[in-house]
Amino acid sequence: MIYFNNVSKVYNKDSVALDDVTLTIKAGEFVSIVGHSGAGKTTLLKMILAEDVPTNGTVFFESQNVHKLKNKDLTKLRCRIGTVFQDFKLLSNKTAYENIAFAMEAVGKTDEEIAGDVPHVLELVDLGSKIFHFPHQMSGGEQQRLAIARAIINQPELIIADEPTGNLDPINTYEIVQILKKINDLGTTVILTTHNRGVIDSVGKRVVTMEKGKVIRDDKEGKYVI
Amino acid sequence: MIGFKRILKAGFINFKRGGLVSYASVLVMTITLSVITALILLQAVLHFSLDQIKNKVDVTIYFNVNADEDKITALKSYLEKMPEVAEVSYTSSAQALKIFRDRHSADYPTIQALDEIGQNPLGAYLNIKAKEVSQYESIANFLKSDNALVLGSASIIDKVNYYQNKLVIDRLNNIISGAQKLGFLITIILVIISIIITFNTIRLAIFISKEEIGVMRLVGASKMRTRGPFLVEGAVYGCIATFVTFLLFWPITAWLGHNMTPLLGTNMYDYYFSNILQILAIVLLSGITIGILSSLLAIRKYLNI
Repeated sequence: MIYFNNVSKVYNKDSVALDDVTLTIKAGEFVSIVGHSGAGKTTLLKMILAEDVPTNGTVFFESQNVHKLKNKDLTKLRCRIGTVFQDFKLLSNKTAYENIAFAMEAVGKTDEEIAGDVPHVLELVDLGSKIFHFPHQMSGGEQQRLAIARAIINQPELIIADEPTGNLDPINTYEIVQILKKINDLGTTVILTTHNRGVIDSVGKRVVTMEKGKVIRDDKEGKYVI
Repeated sequence: MIGFKRILKAGFINFKRGGLVSYASVLVMTITLSVITALILLQAVLHFSLDQIKNKVDVTIYFNVNADEDKITALKSYLEKMPEVAEVSYTSSAQALKIFRDRHSADYPTIQALDEIGQNPLGAYLNIKAKEVSQYESIANFLKSDNALVLGSASIIDKVNYYQNKLVIDRLNNIISGAQKLGFLITIILVIISIIITFNTIRLAIFISKEEIGVMRLVGASKMRTRGPFLVEGAVYGCIATFVTFLLFWPITAWLGHNMTPLLGTNMYDYYFSNILQILAIVLLSGITIGILSSLLAIRKYLNI
């Protein structure tokens, strides 16, 4: 599904974010990417969304070279990917309902579809009672659940979760990981980056370990080994 | 159509929820539009004052006492056809005498001297008003030229007072064109300054949202869907600021009309309301254009994600 072909990202000679990374992620996989801060995890994820451009190499999403896509096609590609960030990145002046509705509007869903689906997905992440709350009126865990709801609303083929539990307490961390596992069980590919040993060990799926921009381990049913 | 409706709705909601940032943007935009309105009114005062001065300038052709009236009439109709000429008025020698007597009715020795002459010593004259002050010279040149001679007018013309007034007319002409150029320059400079200030305020407002713009792009929103609400917000700033400016200038022009009419030479309140549609159209168009253009320029670099 996703193929990194000798991808490098060099900001300057002292700052190499990715160093000749070659990696394949198949559809339906749950891949955890682990590594210290600055290992290149987030840069790797940014490459999939074409949020950043590689210095060398290519990134394919299915058969599409994501960095060769036209603006319109890139927008379409992003609609097929759900993203969850450590700092949630919710739209602060929109309510929970509007945050999710915005993602649906982006893919051209009708008002009726939005009115039907948004309350349902908010119920799924246990935010049914917070439908008209703004992000700043919610706890960290609730905001992250809202971000997950936004990421899954368009039934994406891939979920990218960039350290989604980084700002959460253990209970909320557990809940988020369970939601991501459920999403994966339903067939969606999940790529998760984290520092959290407990999270990796509890998922028990493929683990890619990065260090200084390189992939140093790729274990099918890995554990946190750094 | 649904997309447009959503963009429109999102723009209004963003404005409503923008709080202080929205108010600050409207305030700055109001200042800009007030500058534009004030400049429109100032231009009117300048235009009116210059018109007053221009109206005081004219050229008079004095004819010999025995000048043939037919020749004068022929010259008058010829002058009236000239594109530079706005108006030509004829005063016969009898009328000239009457005006002279009326003017000097209290001046007994002058009237007595006039009576002793026994005949009318005053010739007829033509009073010419040009469309522009700068055109008096070409009219005066025409009177000296062959055209006038062909008509046989040269023999009946006693004198043309343009040559006595030339210095004053030239000076006035310079002052008027200088004042117009200066007025235009000041207008342009003030408008540019105001636009830059407004642009920077809107840029700041969009800078605050730069992360959200990135998020919108990452969740799959097209550039237009991301940019649209900000453009609508910019247009809303313009509309509301126009309304506030209109309300602001209501009492200001009323006060000016009540207290400053003699000084300004025109009633500002009457001028404001008799031209309100044109003024509102200019201000509204300026406000919306500045708002949309500023938003468009400010958001551009954040969209490239």
